Amino acid sequence: MIGSPDLVALTKDDDYGDTYVDPSLIPEEFSVPLFPHAGNANPWSKTSFAKFTKDFILISEFSEQVGPQPLITIPNDSKVCGTFDLNYFSLRIMSVDYQASFVGHPPGCGYPKLNFVEDSKVVLGDSKEGAFAYIHHLTLYDLEARGFVRPFCMAYVSADETKIMRQFLELSSEFSKASECLKTGNRKAFASELEKKLKDLEYTRTVLHRETELQKKTNGCYSTQAIEKANELANVEKSIYEHKDLLKQISSYPNRKTKDPEFLPYELDNPPDSAEADQDSVSNDPNREELAEDSSCARRASYTPQLIKAKSAKCFDKRLKTLEELCDLYFFNQTMDQLTHIEKMFRGDLCYIHTSQIERALLKQQKITDFLFEDYKEWEEEEEEGAEKQPYEEKLTLVCNMPPSSPVFPGEPMSLESYTSCVETVPIKMEQDVSEDGLHDTELTESGPCDITQDNLEESMNAEMKGSVGSGESIEVLGTERSFPAQGPVMKSESLAVHQGQNPEVDRRKEASRRTNSEDSIEVLSTTESVIPEDLRASYACAVHEEDPGVEAWGGDSYQQGFPAPRQHLDVQEAGRYENIRVDSSCCLGQEGRVCEEPSTELAQECCANGVVKEEPLSCRQGDPALQVDFCLAEEGAPGGHPASELNPNYLSDEVSRMNLDDASDSTSFMSASTSSDRASSPFLPGNPVTVKHKKKAGQSALRFIRQYPFAQQAIFCLLSGRTLVVLGADEGTVRKLVNALSIFVPNLGKYAEAVKPWVTSPFQITDLQNWKLIGLHRMASPTGSSMLYSLNRYSRYISIVDTDHKTLRSPAYRGSLVSRLADHRTQIKRGSTYFMHVQSMLTQLSSRAFLYTFCHHLHLPISPEEGQESVASRRASFLHHILGCKEEDARIVHFLSELIKQFYLQGPRKGAFAFNYVTSFLYKI
Amino acid sequence: MLRWILGGRDAQGPVEKTTVLFIGEEQPKNSYTELQVLKGHFDIVRFLVQIDDFRFASAGDDGLVLVWNVQTGERLRELRAHSQQVTAIAAFRTESSRGMIITASSDRTVSLWDTETGNRVQMVSELQSSVKCLLVLERLDVWLSGGNELCVWNKHFELLCKTDCYKDAGVTAMIELPKNCIVAAVDKELIVYRLIVSSSETETSIQEICRLTDHHDSVRTLISVNDQMFASGSHVGELIVWDSLDWTIQVYERIFWETAQTDSQPEIKLTSQKQNEMSIQHLTSDGEFVVAAVGNGLYIYNILTKNVVAYRRTAHDSNVLHSLLLPNRQLMSCSEDGSVRMWELQDLPLPAEPASSGFFGMWGFGRSSKLASQQVKKVVETPSLRTLELTGDLIGHSGAVQMFLYFGDGSLVTCSTDHLIIVWRDGYKESRLRSLALFHKLEQNQGL
Repeated sequence: MIGSPDLVALTKDDDYGDTYVDPSLIPEEFSVPLFPHAGNANPWSKTSFAKFTKDFILISEFSEQVGPQPLITIPNDSKVCGTFDLNYFSLRIMSVDYQASFVGHPPGCGYPKLNFVEDSKVVLGDSKEGAFAYIHHLTLYDLEARGFVRPFCMAYVSADETKIMRQFLELSSEFSKASECLKTGNRKAFASELEKKLKDLEYTRTVLHRETELQKKTNGCYSTQAIEKANELANVEKSIYEHKDLLKQISSYPNRKTKDPEFLPYELDNPPDSAEADQDSVSNDPNREELAEDSSCARRASYTPQLIKAKSAKCFDKRLKTLEELCDLYFFNQTMDQLTHIEKMFRGDLCYIHTSQIERALLKQQKITDFLFEDYKEWEEEEEEGAEKQPYEEKLTLVCNMPPSSPVFPGEPMSLESYTSCVETVPIKMEQDVSEDGLHDTELTESGPCDITQDNLEESMNAEMKGSVGSGESIEVLGTERSFPAQGPVMKSESLAVHQGQNPEVDRRKEASRRTNSEDSIEVLSTTESVIPEDLRASYACAVHEEDPGVEAWGGDSYQQGFPAPRQHLDVQEAGRYENIRVDSSCCLGQEGRVCEEPSTELAQECCANGVVKEEPLSCRQGDPALQVDFCLAEEGAPGGHPASELNPNYLSDEVSRMNLDDASDSTSFMSASTSSDRASSPFLPGNPVTVKHKKKAGQSALRFIRQYPFAQQAIFCLLSGRTLVVLGADEGTVRKLVNALSIFVPNLGKYAEAVKPWVTSPFQITDLQNWKLIGLHRMASPTGSSMLYSLNRYSRYISIVDTDHKTLRSPAYRGSLVSRLADHRTQIKRGSTYFMHVQSMLTQLSSRAFLYTFCHHLHLPISPEEGQESVASRRASFLHHILGCKEEDARIVHFLSELIKQFYLQGPRKGAFAFNYVTSFLYKI
Repeated sequence: MLRWILGGRDAQGPVEKTTVLFIGEEQPKNSYTELQVLKGHFDIVRFLVQIDDFRFASAGDDGLVLVWNVQTGERLRELRAHSQQVTAIAAFRTESSRGMIITASSDRTVSLWDTETGNRVQMVSELQSSVKCLLVLERLDVWLSGGNELCVWNKHFELLCKTDCYKDAGVTAMIELPKNCIVAAVDKELIVYRLIVSSSETETSIQEICRLTDHHDSVRTLISVNDQMFASGSHVGELIVWDSLDWTIQVYERIFWETAQTDSQPEIKLTSQKQNEMSIQHLTSDGEFVVAAVGNGLYIYNILTKNVVAYRRTAHDSNVLHSLLLPNRQLMSCSEDGSVRMWELQDLPLPAEPASSGFFGMWGFGRSSKLASQQVKKVVETPSLRTLELTGDLIGHSGAVQMFLYFGDGSLVTCSTDHLIIVWRDGYKESRLRSLALFHKLEQNQGL
């Protein structure tokens, strides 16, 4: 691809010319590149000058009839794109296709060859439109298409360039999955199409054969008709042979892919596929027969319908297959689902995505405890994914926090054999045919005049291919999947090198040049007509460098221990690359220009690093020591984690109050427009998984509860220590609301909030106490009501009761300090979601303590056989008291969580016994 | 379920007011801080039988026999065959078989089960009457069934011999005595049989030796105290301790009856109202003490000193159904009021004190200053008088707790009319066990 004119978009001349001539530029963009719209109240909104409001996914095709055209947008909503010119943008994105989608007669081979092309991945910037896109090019096979290929591309279009750049790897891996799905479906469809066609051809051959014999008989062996027939027959034979070859090729799709677990989940939607194909051809046969008979009747010299078809593919009036048809409807729908998932996944601004990625990466590390308070769905997903994690994805985690998870295919994993066999069964049959007719075949083809036509056809194909791609031979694949594993670590080592700070200028320059010329996958292109500083920031050095702070800051610390980077390997790679660069740099244009711009880029980087990105690494680092400790080092590790517990809720609240937002409105308006999604955030219903959304909503009511009731701490203590809390009231709404609010404090809530029963109207039993930790109970004046109160009274030792009507709480006393930090009724936090975050962080901290407590061997078991239980117990008590800083009641919380962790670790989420304590309850009033 | 809640409530209504026995929520001596509810039965669960160290079987009115793991609470086997309620269950331990249980049902069948496989190994059906009690004589490899007649069977479920038919009342209880003797309770009488076992099984026969007719009302419970003695309790509160060899009365106590009689007028009224207040529901013994569950109360009788050492007239709010003496002078009892209570035998600080009504005010028994009965005198005279202190109670069932089973590792299994079985465990012990398992698993997994 080196030397491709498309790539050298950022030439020096253009840069200078445009930068200084164009008067429409806003000067402050130079000085403060991070906040291009200083007047804008929302610093995250970069979409102001783009013509679309939300990021979206665009699928385009390079149609051989009409050229580049947009096909589908996800979300499929005209509002999303706004006035954005999809046609123009399709042209732009299709024009940067570098893949070698080449089918035809390679030199030295007599038959058309299918190339199994890797997808290419390109980043494109169109600053005029304010659009930046990650573009994933792929090629699908179509028997009727020119060269058997149909170029498609999927583009993730965003107004935020940084988002594309920083999420490049995630985007790439997600889109690769989607593309793989499409291609799998396409191969399947292509194979069955080939099979059908083969059947047609064979049928045609028998018809022709019969006719030839007839001709020979009637007109003699050397009559013109007979020769004509023979030629046609030969043509068909050749065509059959070629199609068989194609079928063989498509069915011998590189098995490399098949080893990917990612590849497996595709379900074969219609297993009796070949049978169906048979039926199809059978049902088609009468037509064919008719056709053939028609033609024979008309004496129009034996044109087989297939051959006509093959030629007619070039006609412009012919309808091309739609994407659905190309890919088998099932796979198409799968892909659409997947793309919708991708769209959802990358919704919101970069900061949000980045944070949630870090969060998920951290969650992955605490599988043992996150069932306690984390959103159930997330970790379950992680687990699923963890099972089928690819090595290459693992490497990705090194660089990019995490590969976004997407178990999109819920279908049963299908064995690869069943897929390949459905394709391969036919070739075996074919082979026999070939051997039968082999001799016949070659004889005829050698002398047949149709050879010429065939050749012509192929030549023209070749020519066309060359025309569209640019260079026939030297097609290089840009962002192949192969290149990714290597790429990640390299970037990291680079960043380290830069930060070590020996001659960074030179280093950066090298980087820059490397980016331009090497076969690395991140390619940023920009429109030639509008080169503004915006584009300069999109230079490669910037793109690469931008990832540095994040990677270094948080990854350097915690991940290096976990996954020691393969340095030696990297060095070798790097050395190799540097050699490449030296050769390449000579032919690279515009190098100096970028160097000149370097300072401003750097400035931008620093701003970026200080302003936005560094926040996250700090916050996640706080948790690190606790997460990292080994069992044996646990005690040393604990004090490290301790300062984090001094996290001041007021600090959080300050920021929020400054935003001066209405208390009641709990919208996430400070995030970007796309973050506040349209999902309805109703209180969770039984049967629906609890989402963070629900919990955030609940945060608001929880905050209200804490402000309103001075005994909130006792109530929360009950929940945290595993004592069932009953919310008693006559009004269903009030009770439900309070239950909903308090549910955020229930450990091991369960995916569907099984531990919570929002509304009960019948007396409950001891079994309910075993299952539910938070119960909303209807106070009734009926006999049922009295018996219910009786059961409340009877089981009073196991429960605490909040009476919403009388505003009382009956529960054990709480004298600890832990819950007071969690539920301070004088808290300055005003917003529910903020409070939820606060709670979440406290609870995470709590569960890390519980983890520590659980996995310290000598706290639970004697060190030596002589040691008695008493000394173990005293050691345990002193650990809780002095190391974890937990007094009596707090220790009970930690102990309860620890028991949950043990049970979960030993037997999974199954619920067993419930534990309780014999303690006196008190009645609290407002 | 509701029926039981309401019923239970009605029953204990008036009693609750008079009793001062309430331990409160603070129970430092109660180690049962973990409970697990086992669901599976559809009707009253009446019987629990221990199979081995970790397994037990439960049976009840739904005819189901369920085998459970006491450590995990897992239901291991479900033995379904009886169409009617199970009336008796016994572990069948012989030299050749392990983990077998015999069950008898109102459908007049008796089955032998292998709890390992869940298969029914043997069965007899179409018995003349339903079997009310079972006795397995491991030594002789035979088992006995008591209904309207007493039958002796070998391990292959072949009838060896049987006694005459007792028309009006069947055998309600039987125990083994030395010298191949068996004593069976038939209404008011205790009948002693001798089993004559010869080398060939066909000649095995059972012979009635004598009838003990000292009880004035039907015998409710019959236990063997030790090798020399066995005890029986009747519906009117007679406790008789017999000599196992010559079947003579060692101790005859109608103390409970007499205390009621000697009390003032209201007490008599009370007796007439509640005849079963006097009934001895259950007897248990550890060889030295015999615990009698009399109505709502518990009485502990010392065989050696032949006196009552401690008692609680209203130990429960309703009839005590089952009790058990544990080592360390601990006592457990369960009752129709749905609770299990744990007691401790404590020495009184001053033996002279019992006379003071102020001190005994809380007993609800010694309040009366004119306690003239002989046994109370005895009590006062004896320096070894002790008090039964309530150390804890277990509340979980919503119906009467029929019986409980105490496992060696400290866990307690209770069954109840509310169809539930509850396993109570020592929370600290369980926590430690879990930690052990956790680190074991960690070791196996080689880290997290």
